[in-house]
Amino acid sequence: MDVMPKWAEVVLVPLISLLLAAIISALVILAIGEDPVAAVKLMVAGALGSTYGWGYTLYYATNFMFTGLAVAIAFHARLFNIGGEGQAMLGGLGVAFACLYIPWPHWTLALLGAALMAGLFGAIWAAIPAWLQVKRGSHIVITTIMFNFIAAALLNYMLVNIMRPKGQMDPASAKFPDATHLPTLHELLAPLGIEFSKAAPANVSFLVAIAACFGLWLLIWRTRLGYEIRAYGHSESAAKYAGISPFKITMITMIISGALAGLMATNNVMGEAERLVLNSTEGAGFIGIAVALMGRSHPVGVFIAAILFGFLYQGGAELALWTSIPRELIVVIQALVILFTGALDNMVRMPLERVFLAIRRSRRAGATD
Amino acid sequence: MDYLTLIQLLDSTVRLATPLLLACLAGLFSERAGIFDIGLEGKMLAAAFFSAAVASITGDVWIGLLAGIAASLVLSALHGIASITFRGNQLISGVAINFLAAGMTVLIAQSWFKQGGRTPSLVGGARFEGITLPGAEAIADVPIVGPLYAELISGHSILVYMALAAVPLTWWLLYRTRFGLRLRAVGENPASVDTAGISVVGLRYAAVAICGVLCGIAGAYLSTALQAGFVKDMSAGRGFIALAALIFAKWRPWYALWATLLFGLFGALETRPDVIEAVIGMKVQGQLMGALPYIMTVVILAGFVGKAIPPRAGGEPYVKER
Repeated sequence: MDVMPKWAEVVLVPLISLLLAAIISALVILAIGEDPVAAVKLMVAGALGSTYGWGYTLYYATNFMFTGLAVAIAFHARLFNIGGEGQAMLGGLGVAFACLYIPWPHWTLALLGAALMAGLFGAIWAAIPAWLQVKRGSHIVITTIMFNFIAAALLNYMLVNIMRPKGQMDPASAKFPDATHLPTLHELLAPLGIEFSKAAPANVSFLVAIAACFGLWLLIWRTRLGYEIRAYGHSESAAKYAGISPFKITMITMIISGALAGLMATNNVMGEAERLVLNSTEGAGFIGIAVALMGRSHPVGVFIAAILFGFLYQGGAELALWTSIPRELIVVIQALVILFTGALDNMVRMPLERVFLAIRRSRRAGATD
Repeated sequence: MDYLTLIQLLDSTVRLATPLLLACLAGLFSERAGIFDIGLEGKMLAAAFFSAAVASITGDVWIGLLAGIAASLVLSALHGIASITFRGNQLISGVAINFLAAGMTVLIAQSWFKQGGRTPSLVGGARFEGITLPGAEAIADVPIVGPLYAELISGHSILVYMALAAVPLTWWLLYRTRFGLRLRAVGENPASVDTAGISVVGLRYAAVAICGVLCGIAGAYLSTALQAGFVKDMSAGRGFIALAALIFAKWRPWYALWATLLFGLFGALETRPDVIEAVIGMKVQGQLMGALPYIMTVVILAGFVGKAIPPRAGGEPYVKER
């Protein structure tokens, strides 16, 4: 029997971890001579105070939802996919191929085709480390780290030597054709009579990300495969005894994980930049780790955590614009969230468990009196 | 390719291999004791910043080096608390440390120096200068041996020689002392060490601390010897290449030297595409040279060329039987 009630497990532990991360972040801001309260106010105003701010917040959140879900499903099978960054880069390559070399008649078809290519490319980039882990015994964490660097080199090569149009200096692909332009939230909401900022990059792939959250919830908790993935994650030996193939689960989980990370490219490459540039992922693959940890690998948690990190990203950009606090503050906050919700989880959990045990004991003592 | 080009190439190989070697040996101590460390990168970066910052403020590079080691040790302690005391996930802790260093260094650099996340350029005593070994100038004109001694062996900073000396020292410590035996045992079978009445926690903290010191020297080398000052993200993935070298070296000190020299050579060749073309007669993409350490690591780890077997208890927190 669990020591803690479910609500404490799901809400209290992450909340305390987040609070610790927030307190230390505030101390960091104080230490560099700035006012944390003013900083938070500026961030809220900049990220949530206008539809422009919301447009950026939701744009970043879309990226983090995809990469967060990618890390989350791997966590369910007790696999640590640290390669979301590389898989998202490959996804970008897939999107670029689909958009540049296939003449799409309409954006809906283009989105479908580009998403398929992005998912496929990301999935392949995750499937190789998965195969190497099951068949050759190499540690998936190390292999996926190495694959991030290999992906960066590959992307660099493709952009500099092959995809760059003649006469162009910066390493980037040509601009995608107009038919592949994804409607922004402005274009989607205008017919409904809702005013939304024209300049913000949030686009229809935000809805795709929400659909992915729902789809993953269905998969993990409502299908046989999802059950097998969770069973494998809880106990490999028990899963094997029940006839679940470690090879099959590892491969399928990592393929889904890689495909989700790759899908991010429909947002940042197809929806925003509309061409493939170097470093288009901007570390979103790594933020996926923080998002999945904070969201306890549950799609609802991932959704909330992704919005929060979207807010932090847009708010951090505003901070860097108006104060002398550099954008790297967000990297620090991200590190603290990973540290407290991930690595130092037991530091919060152990004392809490003791408190709940004490409460239960005193209750039981009261009942027998 | 003439002889002098070869000497120059090997000279920059040694320069580029030094931080990799130090970080690789750092990882070796930690992983041999059963603590995975993917935070080598972050520790190096933090040390690079603090050694450059303190060296530029005090004007003394040795104080800078100590500050760098101290910064690296703080992150090591954090890793130890998370992964040894609270038995958290060592990989996640490493990821957190990498981001913490990447963010904090720029934040503090901006707050202290207001130069866009860098330190002022280091001059004079605030930098490790190359040491001219005795007799280097005298025999510099002797053919073959002269350039070899004067250019390649002499003229490096003290940290390069320290890194090279660390290899036999590490070997001796690991394979010829009681501490080394226990350290290796704790990474293979911590329960047996515990049964012998030796503290698993103590040994693992000691290993993580040694790792911190070596990463600190590696970081200080980056900002005070290889370059003159700290710039944002200057470790540039070296921590991960060191990790790759560690696997390549199969967690052994002498192999670590050869692996890091090899990866250092790749780094040196990346800047000299003309040399590669002259030697093998065809053009090799710079990106391929850059990715080669990672590709080779994947191949080695997969056991296609020799098998790399990590310490058996690596990555698993030790829970005493109750």
